[in-house]
Amino acid sequence: MRILIVEDDEVLANGLSVGLRLSGFTADRVATLADARAALETSDFEGMVLDIMLPDGLGLDLLGELRARGSALPVLLLTARDQVRDRVRGLDAGADDYLGKPFDLDELAARLRAMLRRGEGRASGALRWNGLEIDPATHTGSRDGAALRFSRHEFAILHALMEHPGRVLSRAALEDRLYGWQEEVESNTVEVHVHKLRAKLGRGFVETVRGLGYRVAAEGS
Amino acid sequence: MTISIRLRLFLILALATGAIWLSAVLWIETSTRAEVERVLDARLAEAATMVSSLISDHRVEVAHAAGGAIHVPMPAAGGYTRQLSCQIWSLDDDALVGRSDGAPQARLTAADGAGYSESDVEGEPWRVFTVVNPDLGVRVMVGDSIAVRDRLVRDVIEGLLLPAAIILPLLGGLIWISLARGLAPLDQLAATLRARAPSDLSPLPQGPAPREIRPVRRALDTLFARVAAARDTERDFTTYAAHELKTPLAGMRTQAQVLRMAPDAETRAAALRAIETSVDRTDRLVRQLLELAEIDRETPEQTATDLAALIGETMAELASLARAREVTLESDIAPLPATFRTSPFLLHAALRNLIENAVIASPRNGRVSVTARHAEGALHIDIADDGPGIPEDQRTRMTERFVRGPSGSGSGLGLSIVASAVARLNGTLDFGARDAEGRHQISVCLPG
Repeated sequence: MRILIVEDDEVLANGLSVGLRLSGFTADRVATLADARAALETSDFEGMVLDIMLPDGLGLDLLGELRARGSALPVLLLTARDQVRDRVRGLDAGADDYLGKPFDLDELAARLRAMLRRGEGRASGALRWNGLEIDPATHTGSRDGAALRFSRHEFAILHALMEHPGRVLSRAALEDRLYGWQEEVESNTVEVHVHKLRAKLGRGFVETVRGLGYRVAAEGS
Repeated sequence: MTISIRLRLFLILALATGAIWLSAVLWIETSTRAEVERVLDARLAEAATMVSSLISDHRVEVAHAAGGAIHVPMPAAGGYTRQLSCQIWSLDDDALVGRSDGAPQARLTAADGAGYSESDVEGEPWRVFTVVNPDLGVRVMVGDSIAVRDRLVRDVIEGLLLPAAIILPLLGGLIWISLARGLAPLDQLAATLRARAPSDLSPLPQGPAPREIRPVRRALDTLFARVAAARDTERDFTTYAAHELKTPLAGMRTQAQVLRMAPDAETRAAALRAIETSVDRTDRLVRQLLELAEIDRETPEQTATDLAALIGETMAELASLARAREVTLESDIAPLPATFRTSPFLLHAALRNLIENAVIASPRNGRVSVTARHAEGALHIDIADDGPGIPEDQRTRMTERFVRGPSGSGSGLGLSIVASAVARLNGTLDFGARDAEGRHQISVCLPG
């Protein structure tokens, strides 16, 4: 779950990116509207945390541009002004959610997960496939009543594959989900994590499609 | 104590009306008295001449018999009976030979000559006309009591005063009511103002207003507009201040949660450092908010200030910040007046924020130089740093509140404080200067 954080306060932006990463997200941060536009053009994000007051303008302007272009990118507005009037204005401008400063990091993470889930048209947070159930809130899974634990990267890959069962995701697409710009991408990490996942879930749970990438195997297989 | 306009106008009008009425009465009395004297004097003369000619025509016989005075018939004027009294005295033995009804026994006048005279008969003042008839040897005197004349005049004046006693209170009531009607626009204005909510600062409702009220309404509308502008500024300021404080609070809270969640010592240490940075910046922000509020509120108190000491103290306050950022603070201060009349609070606020900004904008191992000199009736203080300077297109905007510089790290208040403080000191601020080494420099110039 890769999130773009647009926030100009250095301390807050840093806390957000570190905190969200600890909560299982992949987070990138920029401090200005111009940088946010550039980031949205060059990378794929599943959601955006957007501050309203930015040095080069209002976050609402960027939101307006996105919605005018027809983008459905889930956006959570972050602002110090959280009067009803401001919230209504933000939501009407096309925001999916709204959080007033200061906020609880866990609440922000939960709201982001809910927002992304709604974007995918699911009502429940948990994902199920082939007898395996995973919970993005806790990064845990269970199968046949037995609890399973995953590392952050393992979970991110599993989550990406189970979001759209049957769809093939390339190695690059998975790497994109794993690493923000600040992180060093190690070669063959995706293979390493897939290998670990197969060790936990059985060889057949994740299939390799030669030359294309990975997908979860069909149900019942 | 001030009396109401209505009462004041009433008193003025009542006194003026009374005074005019009174002068009219005095004038009428004088002229009536003069007229009465003229008419009655003429009647005296006429009557005396008539009696004298009657005697001459022997229509009235004058007997030269002592004690047996003849009766002289006198016409009675309507209302004022026995106004005229007539006496005929013999010239030879000075005996009363004839008199009219009711005429006193005593001689009407002591004067022997013909013509008018005034006398005192039986304790009363009289006006007498005497005709001397030498042919018959008689002196004819016709007189009337001055008291009667006075009564005549008094009757005329009373005729004026009696209606006045009734009319004046009526007039007073009429004035009182008219004043209420005349002052109605003022009452309406007062009622409009009373009916407004305290927070309502909109202009007064439009409508026809008397010429005298219009300036008041205009002044009120101007005042309302000014108060509304001040209220909006304050509201904006409060909103911005809350926003500016909430962001670092959010940062600290997030970092505190990261600190709790972080599995490794390195992340925890970074979160702690971030919290400390945020606390320092919030502290600075609060101090600047207070300074700004103070600058807006205070009437600057001018005192004789030791400039070199003030600059020295300000630099000493920032020494630890400079050390932490590894920036060198240096100064070149020419001899300065020790009793410069200025507001030390405002000058200190301006200098502190300028030097603080310069330190923060400087790169590691940079230098911030403060130079000061007093020349040609003005104090010049220049602050130069190794930072990037303020881009030309942002210079005017930078002094607005909560507008941050290119680094985005400040509170957006520092230069607003400087600009407000310098403006209150009647000084000027120059952002565009360069020092001898070509570094960016901000110059403050204060008259005095």
